[in-house]
Amino acid sequence: MANDIFVLVEHLDGKVSEITFELLGTGKDLAAASGGRLVAVLLGSGARGFASELGAADQVLSVEHPALADYTPEAFKRTLGALVQSRGPRVLLVASTAIGMDQATGLSADLGWPLVAYAREVALAGGGLKVVSQIYGGKILAEVEVKGDHAIVSVLAGASPADKGKLAGNPAIEDVAPTASLDNLRMRFKRLLRPEAGDVDITKEAVLVSVGRGIGSQDNIPIVQDLADALGAALSCSRPIVDQGWLAKTRQVGKSGMNVKPKLYIAIGISGAPEHLEGMRSAATIVAINTDSGAPIFDVAHYGVAADLFDLLPLLTERIRSARA
Amino acid sequence: MEIVVPVKMVPDVVEELEIDASGRTLDRSFLKLRINEFDEHAVEEALLLKEKHGGKVTVVALDAPEVDEALFTCLAKGADRIVKVIGGPEEAVTSHEAARILGEVLKSIPCDLVLTGVQSAEDRDGQVGPLLAGILGLPHVSVVSAVDLLEGGRSVVVKQEYAGGLMAEIEVDLPALLGIQAAGHSPRYASVSKVRQLMKTAKIDEVAVTAAPSSSGSEVLRLFKPEAAGRAKMLEGSPEEVADQLVALFSEKGFVKG
Repeated sequence: MANDIFVLVEHLDGKVSEITFELLGTGKDLAAASGGRLVAVLLGSGARGFASELGAADQVLSVEHPALADYTPEAFKRTLGALVQSRGPRVLLVASTAIGMDQATGLSADLGWPLVAYAREVALAGGGLKVVSQIYGGKILAEVEVKGDHAIVSVLAGASPADKGKLAGNPAIEDVAPTASLDNLRMRFKRLLRPEAGDVDITKEAVLVSVGRGIGSQDNIPIVQDLADALGAALSCSRPIVDQGWLAKTRQVGKSGMNVKPKLYIAIGISGAPEHLEGMRSAATIVAINTDSGAPIFDVAHYGVAADLFDLLPLLTERIRSARA
Repeated sequence: MEIVVPVKMVPDVVEELEIDASGRTLDRSFLKLRINEFDEHAVEEALLLKEKHGGKVTVVALDAPEVDEALFTCLAKGADRIVKVIGGPEEAVTSHEAARILGEVLKSIPCDLVLTGVQSAEDRDGQVGPLLAGILGLPHVSVVSAVDLLEGGRSVVVKQEYAGGLMAEIEVDLPALLGIQAAGHSPRYASVSKVRQLMKTAKIDEVAVTAAPSSSGSEVLRLFKPEAAGRAKMLEGSPEEVADQLVALFSEKGFVKG
């Protein structure tokens, strides 16, 4: 037990999230190193059936309860906390997502277990846990040593390939009744909101011209719209542009927006926060234009231009128009 | 409605970040600090709630370089009270340490709602919000982008954001703590002249805490910069030359056809 590696299975809208399989892949390596089992923790109501997708795990712990039918931070944290505390795994792996943030950080406070967040690498060697955490908007990595017998790690998307954790098999299922009380909850799930169909579906476009904070003002959006029009591309953007209200949410690429995989992705004035990179790094060709040559966007781009977009874009648009004329 | 917003000064990640001689922390001598941008959204959401439903907004910050101006800026935007926590550790604190100190301070500031930014650039040991909620025993929701007070004023309905544009509406009883991803609209500006004037006339309340170093249970062995930097093939030259190279590239890949 004390050597087991636990993975919290994340599922939403009737589907196991892709990042869960990445966690299982990471968990397999850790379990091999610790000599323990890889245990998938599945909380829900009518979610037990997902166990058949979790073949990478040695065991599935299934907790079924009406209060877990839809995700709410409190009911899940109470249940997971009591389970993890009684079983005492070596490491609890949680995805670095909204759910993961609620659970990993919340449980670090409740259980007093150390936590490393934003993990890109997790390794157990000689009994010690080492984690590489990505901080400062992806500009700095911290190698962290975690002390004690138990730890919680929240892992970034992309830390391990999902294929490694997508294995067929029939892991043993242990049905566990929730040991923590699920009465007197202080929050209630109301409804799930699926993304509205917008004027354009950026996940289906071959070419995306994507704009970020570097554009400076809403008045400058036409400069990138012109480029998109010249290329016959759709306009997309990073999170700050949506938060400013300059473009619709349906145009947002990244963690809380859309995952896109166009043939060509042109990132303009986007520095490349980890949350943005997560949503576009698998585009076939990535071109980045940014004034800061040290911006993380250049780590994933195939071609880069360290230049002022206001100098370059009008010229580029003009040349594309003439080439097409 | 009484709302408290704990804010944090963090390195501006747009600037060049240097690692100090110990290799374990950032070189803070030339570091430019700014208020965590998600905390600015938390302040904005608090002000929007106050404008709609009345009440008071208190902004609390741990002592740090440039924190006074950040607090006066919050006051200029419409906060009612600004509080600086002094006597804590002087160096950068972990999220666990920040939450412990804020927990101590918030016990003496009764409120209905605590809003934090969802995360900050320095959260290697987790986000302050859920840690603080654990200490205060409050219900907590991360990655919140909308907060509506329900009639009766005893609960809020929030939107929690997931991947792929999916969101859930969750009703949360007050008092509660929420990690704000984005306010109802972009954070308002405060004019420099107003901030300057308040710096002369208004006052920051100071609350003292005792520095009791606590461990987050983990230790940074070293900081380093990601190796992949510069993987992109950089196109050089004047804007005209670069534009020509890009057009050639797009044509070669079939994105520009004559």
